[in-house]
Formats: sequence, structure tokens, C-alpha cells
Amino acid sequence: MITASVLVLFGIGLTAAIILAVASKMLYVYEDPRIAQVESVLAGANCGGCGYPGCAGAAQGVVEGKAGATVCVIGGDEVAANVATIMGLEFSSMEKQFAFVDCTGGSRAEDVYIYEGAKDCRAQHLLYNGSKLCPEGCLGFGTCVGACQFGAIEMGPNGYPVVNPELCTACGGCAQVCPRGVITIWGMSARIMHLNETTDCLAPCRQRCPGEINIPRYIEQASRGDYAGALGTIRERIPMPLSIGRICPHPCEGVCRRGHVDEPVGINMVKRFVADWEMNSGQRLPISCAPDTGRKVAVVGGGPAGLSCAYFLRRLGHSPTIFESMPKLGGQLRYGIPEYRLPKNVLDWEIEGILNLGIDVEHEKFFGKDFDLNSLTKDGFEAVFLGIGAWMNMNLRIDNEDSIGVETGTEFLTKIGLGVETGTGKKVVVIGGGNTAIDAARTSVRLGADVTLMYRRTRDEMPANKEEIVAAEEENVNFLYLASPTRIIADESRKVTHIEYIQMKLGEPDASGRRKPMPIQGSEKILEVDNIYTAIGQKPELSCLYDESGACTLEETKWRTLGAHPDTLQTAMPNVFTGGDMHTGPALVITALGEGRKAARSIHQYINEGTPHVSHKLQRDMIPYTMFTDVPDVGIRARSKIPHLTECNERVCTFKEIEGALNEEEAKHETCRCLRCGLTCYNRDGSENQECLSGDCAKNQ
Amino acid sequence: MDYFVLIIAAIFVNNIVLAQYLGNCPFIGTSKDSGVAMGMGLAVVFVATLAAAITWCVQKYLLAPNDLNYLQTITFILVIASLVQFVEMFLKKAVPPLYRSLGIFLPLITTNCAVLGIAIICQREEFSLVETIIFSIASGVGFMLALVILAGIRERLDLARVPVSLKGTPLALILAGLMSLAFFAFKGMAS
Repeated sequence: MITASVLVLFGIGLTAAIILAVASKMLYVYEDPRIAQVESVLAGANCGGCGYPGCAGAAQGVVEGKAGATVCVIGGDEVAANVATIMGLEFSSMEKQFAFVDCTGGSRAEDVYIYEGAKDCRAQHLLYNGSKLCPEGCLGFGTCVGACQFGAIEMGPNGYPVVNPELCTACGGCAQVCPRGVITIWGMSARIMHLNETTDCLAPCRQRCPGEINIPRYIEQASRGDYAGALGTIRERIPMPLSIGRICPHPCEGVCRRGHVDEPVGINMVKRFVADWEMNSGQRLPISCAPDTGRKVAVVGGGPAGLSCAYFLRRLGHSPTIFESMPKLGGQLRYGIPEYRLPKNVLDWEIEGILNLGIDVEHEKFFGKDFDLNSLTKDGFEAVFLGIGAWMNMNLRIDNEDSIGVETGTEFLTKIGLGVETGTGKKVVVIGGGNTAIDAARTSVRLGADVTLMYRRTRDEMPANKEEIVAAEEENVNFLYLASPTRIIADESRKVTHIEYIQMKLGEPDASGRRKPMPIQGSEKILEVDNIYTAIGQKPELSCLYDESGACTLEETKWRTLGAHPDTLQTAMPNVFTGGDMHTGPALVITALGEGRKAARSIHQYINEGTPHVSHKLQRDMIPYTMFTDVPDVGIRARSKIPHLTECNERVCTFKEIEGALNEEEAKHETCRCLRCGLTCYNRDGSENQECLSGDCAKNQ
Repeated sequence: MDYFVLIIAAIFVNNIVLAQYLGNCPFIGTSKDSGVAMGMGLAVVFVATLAAAITWCVQKYLLAPNDLNYLQTITFILVIASLVQFVEMFLKKAVPPLYRSLGIFLPLITTNCAVLGIAIICQREEFSLVETIIFSIASGVGFMLALVILAGIRERLDLARVPVSLKGTPLALILAGLMSLAFFAFKGMAS
């Protein structure tokens, strides 16, 4: 019996062994030995941060060519270099990434119910999406802290987690467990590429800014004295803090939550302060760029939009070349905005800093004449950004408009910018109510002229910035409201001598919401004049897009601008993108800078992925629930005044810069006025309607 | 035999884990995540069915005719272990997608007592081949059911504050006991 059972078992065992041996030969699957090698050099944490099931999966991905040498998110450059050696790959240094907490609410955020359940964000989130009033902010139980394998994240003193970038390996464990999506893993490129989404922690100013600058963040950095950090934050959205700090009409301040308590925070003053701090320090802060990709992109137009697009393309690692028709870069910043608002040496310093990143420039090259889209493609440019601005002036459509002495405001300002003789006489009439009209008027004042500004509506309807109107009034510009030119009178030599205008009255509001001016019959008057500058609106000069036969591969809108997708800025030709005034029509500099970044983002996606794409959660309008006007528990702090470098009497005869920067103490005071708003939360300090002293500021201590 | 009663009995009344207490090791070990639990459950269904069918043949054509019933257990272990190894190789070659989803669980099952238990029960009950296959599928499903329920409960409990001494396996054992008690409610419904 023993023999039998031994024999039977031996027989069965032998059969099984033979079957398995044969099967292992027949069913052998070749496995690349490099998989094991790669796996042995990976970090071995099996954290899943790479998106593969564990390190073995990642190793297989690398060998199959699905993942690059930088697959391991926690191993850093050393592991990547080892993997690259095994695989014989080229390896360029990884961009440092870490977890970023996009919530500044924490304990400031209001609760809508009292929760006493399991102390875990995910558990609370199951109950009416959490107890916080803010639908997007941190719930504050620190589930992410427990999820971190590296001890890099802990609950900060303000009720939201704080990441230690030294320890963070960007494995993404914390981001996975956060039910609110407060934590994102990103590096410089991802931050540059990000467009505002409705789920971000967007203070009203951040929603309003056309450049999408993270305003509360840079103000907070400035308040801590980290001016370099503040500039870094600004430069992730716009390349020109010096210029914007001087000339931006700061729409952000119009929605500032403190504006409902006393006066808005001087956001732009803080920007100018930190930007001037860098310039005056004499040293440029380093601006980081992604590793070179060697992809060539043509940027047509060296104005704000073009400069911004080229700057962000460069930071994303590409090699942009700017084609500029004028002798110098800057566009309207140089040739439209007068010296007393933006000194040319400041602009030069700023543009030099942008070009230093490694951007090529070709001066005095006209699009449509010296080169066109086809020649650019032939020269190896993979994508083209068109940002030639809106330089063509609208006509008055009245008699003798071509007389000597009649010029458009932009032509006049361009001559000033180029330093050419303008032939401005004693009596100047400027027609129009926008910023160009005011700039032309204030520039003429400085050339010693007696200036009258003629506008067909009243002061309230003027589209120019209020500060600019006040400044023009201070400089004794005569304002002639409700007046519209009807005829220009010239002498035999076709030199302008008089202008005839008609008095207007305001009628019903038109489509733009402004009241339509109507002429009063028989009220014509005549004014003696040496020069007339017209500034009644501009549009892009699109004739350069058309070839000899009058055909155009791109699309022109009914507003005479270049048609493009509103978010990706891609035109009818997939490799051509646009932005700035050419796309929007005349708009703010900050809008052009923002569009430049958007276009750079789309071009980056177009080059790498074939097509640009945007999130469906993009924030376009102000988010209604964040726009409350009742802001209790905030003490009053007076707004700093912008110092004037030049006083009134002197102002009318010099082009010297008028407005100055805040000093450090005033800047600190101004940063202290910021409420650090989130979507719904803000700093509640001091008692209502009471004067606060600067020393009270919690952030100063 | 009514197949319906057989299935109900195998899944609920005589649940392989909660009533027969077989396969407790993977029951505790792979019940931390419901995705993993699902994969493990499917692997058990797959292997148990194959193993029961093969061992049925071994019993019928090898052991019974030669009067070697006393070698049943050890022979079954040998056969099942070889079978799992073979299946693993076969899947890797022939059905890579199935291998990727079940692959990591297969070696765990090589010596799983639930699989062996199902094969032996089939013999003890003297099922026909068809009954054996139906019974083993249903038993595997019963195992999967218990595993997925436990994983779901444990996932929820991860969010709660648990005394340190009970964290992890101890709590899972308590849960398993409670689930077993709950399954006693099926007793007598079918046999």
C-alpha cells in the first residue's frame, strides 16, 4: 500500500512536472531583461505617483517606450539618469514639481453646519459636500497629511495644509485623497499653462484681472518682504511688471472687496513697488525656463501681446523669434504711451530682461512685405503668432480731413516716440475721448500748445481712465464736451486754419449702453486751430493678410479684427494663433499680455499634442457668489497716495515721469490692507468701521 | 437536483468563507480595497471552477477505479498547484489582458484552501460533473461576495477613528465574525 501510494504520487508529480516543463517551453513569453534592471534602479516606493501600477509597472512602461526616463516622480534626477543609462536615452533635467495648496481659507472659511463625525475630509465631503460655505476650499481635517508617505505636508496654523517643498516628492498621494481638489501637483510649466478655472481659489481681483495674475499671493509675499517671490508670482502671468505697474488702469481694484469697506487696495502700486525694487537693485532676478525643446515659433509683432507670447514660449522651452516692423520693440507701449507715463529707459530695461532669456528679434521686417505665413513655414517655424495690434485710425469722414496739420493721434504719438519733429503749433484740437486722445492732448501741452479736447458726449461717458482725465484737467487741457466736428477749413496752401463743430445733446442709450449724442441743428461754431489730432478709435490693419489676388486664408470678423477661438486663440489655420489688439480690437495692455500667454499655451499644446485644448471649467465671468458687497468685521485703513515726482507747474513743460512709486513703509501698509480674499473668505480683523493703525496689521508681526 | 437551490445554497447558506470558514487568509489579506477584492474574487471563481472540474476527473478516472481514495487530499493539492501554474503560463501567452487583471492573484490561489475545499466538497456530496461546475462557480461567487462586502466596509472604516489596538487585521476579524453571524440568517433556507 505504501509502495502503491508512493508510486501513484510520484507518477502524478512526474506527469505534472512534465506538463509544466513542456508548457513553460511552449508558452514562453519573452520578457525584456531591461525591465528588471530598470525596476532595480527605481525608487521602489510603489507610490503610484507615476500613474503606473507600482514600480514594476513603471519599469515595463519605460522599456515599452510609453514612459520616459523621468517616469519616477519621487526619484529625482539621479534615478532618471540611471534609467536613461540603462535605456540609452537622452535625459534632460526634470522640472522640479511639488504639491501646491490652492486654498487660503482654512479656519477663516465659514461653516454652514456643525460636523461631529469622523475627522476625515472624505467622510465629511460625503455629507452635503462638506461643512464649509466655500464649495471649493479646504475642509481642514488633514487627510492629505496622513496620505503623505514622506512627511512633507502638515496642517498649518491657519487651518489649511502647508507643503514643505524640500521633502515633497510630487508623488500625488495627497492630491488623490483630497475630495475638494485643493491640492495640485505642478511645476513651473504647469503653472504658466494654467488658465483660471471656476474651482480655483479666485479672489474677485484674480477673476477680474485680464492677465489672471495671482494678486492675493503676490501681495502676501510682498507683505512678508519676499519681493523676489512676489515678482516671481507676477512673472508667471505677465512678463512686464514695470510697465503694467505704471500704466495699467487696474480693473482689479474696481472689484476689490476692501472697496466695499473704504477704498480698494492699491494693487498696482504694490506691483510697481516690487518691480521698481528689482530695477533699482540693479540686478535682474533669474527667470527659470524649461529645458530647450529647439522648436521654432515665429512671433509677428513686438508689442505687449507678441512680447508676452515670446516670453512664455521661451519659458516653456521653445525658441521664439520676434518679427517687428518698427526699429524698436514695445509696440503701443513705446509708440503710443507717452514718456511721462512710461519712461523709455524703464521700458528698455524691461524688454532687455525679456530678450535675455534667449529670444531672437528681427527689426524692421514687415509682415506681408518682407515675409509671410508661407515663408515662415519654409524657414522651419512650426507655429506663428500674429499680434500686430490695432494701429489703423478711423476717419472723421468730414471735408478737408487730408489738410496739412490734421493727423491721427497715433501718428502724432508715434512721431514723438521715434523722436521725429511733429510741427505742433500753438493751438491744438484733439478729437476723441479715449486714452489715446488724452495722451495726445497731454503730449501737446508739453510741446507748449494750448489744447482743446473735443468729445461728443460728456465727461461721464468718456472711455479714458478717470485718473488720466483728472491729470489732463490739472494740466489745463480745455475740455469741450458735447461737440462734434463738422468741417475742417484750410487755406490755399491746404494748411488747416479753423475747425467747425456742432453742439450735441444726449438722446436715448444705444446698443453700447451709452446715451447716443444727437446734433442740435444750427448750433455750429468755428474755432481757430493750427493742428488737429483725431483719436476716435483704432482697428487692426489686416490688409497684410491678403495676397495680391485679394485672397486670405484667415478669417476677418465683422469688427475688422482677426477671428480666432476665444480661449485657444487658434485661427482658421491650425498653426496660426493670434492675440492682443489684433484679436480683441483696441483694449488694455494687460489684456494683450494675458492673450499672449494664452496663445503661448495653445502653441505649446499645438506643437506637443497636435491640438490646443481648454478645460470646460474655465472662468470667464465673475463668479456670482463671490461678488457680495457686505463685508463685515473689517477695520478701516486709509489708502496710500501715489506720490508725484513732478508737480503741476513743471508738468506742462517736461516729459519727465509724473507718478512715483511707494516707499517700502507705504508699500507694507498697502499690502497690509489686503484682505487675502478667497472665493468667499477674507481676513476679518479689527472692529467694524473703526480706524486701524498700521501697527495692528497681523501680517506685520 | 434543482440547480437553483444548489446555487443559492452555495452562495448564501453554505458560503465558503462565512459558513464553512475556508479561505480566511485571502479574505483578510485582500479585502482592503474593493477593486482588489473584485479581482481576487474573479480569480477564485475562475480557478475554483477549473480545479473542481479537473479534480473531479482525477477522482473519477484515477483514484476511484484504483481504490486510492485515501490519497485524495494530497493528490488534489498537487493537481491544483500544477494547474494554477499552468493556467498562469497559459494566460500570459494566450490571453494577456486577462493575465494582467488576474495575474497577481493567481500565485496567491495556488495553495488556497477555499479552492481545495470546493473540490473536496464536490466529491463528498458526490456531484455529477455539471453539478460540480455549477457548485464551484456559485461557491466562488459566494467568496467574491463576502470579500467585496468586507472590502467595502473596511474602506468606509478607514475614514473613521479606530482605537490603535484594533486597527487593521483585528478589526477585519471582528467584522468577519459579525458578517458570519449575519449570514447565519440564511441557515435553513436551502441545504
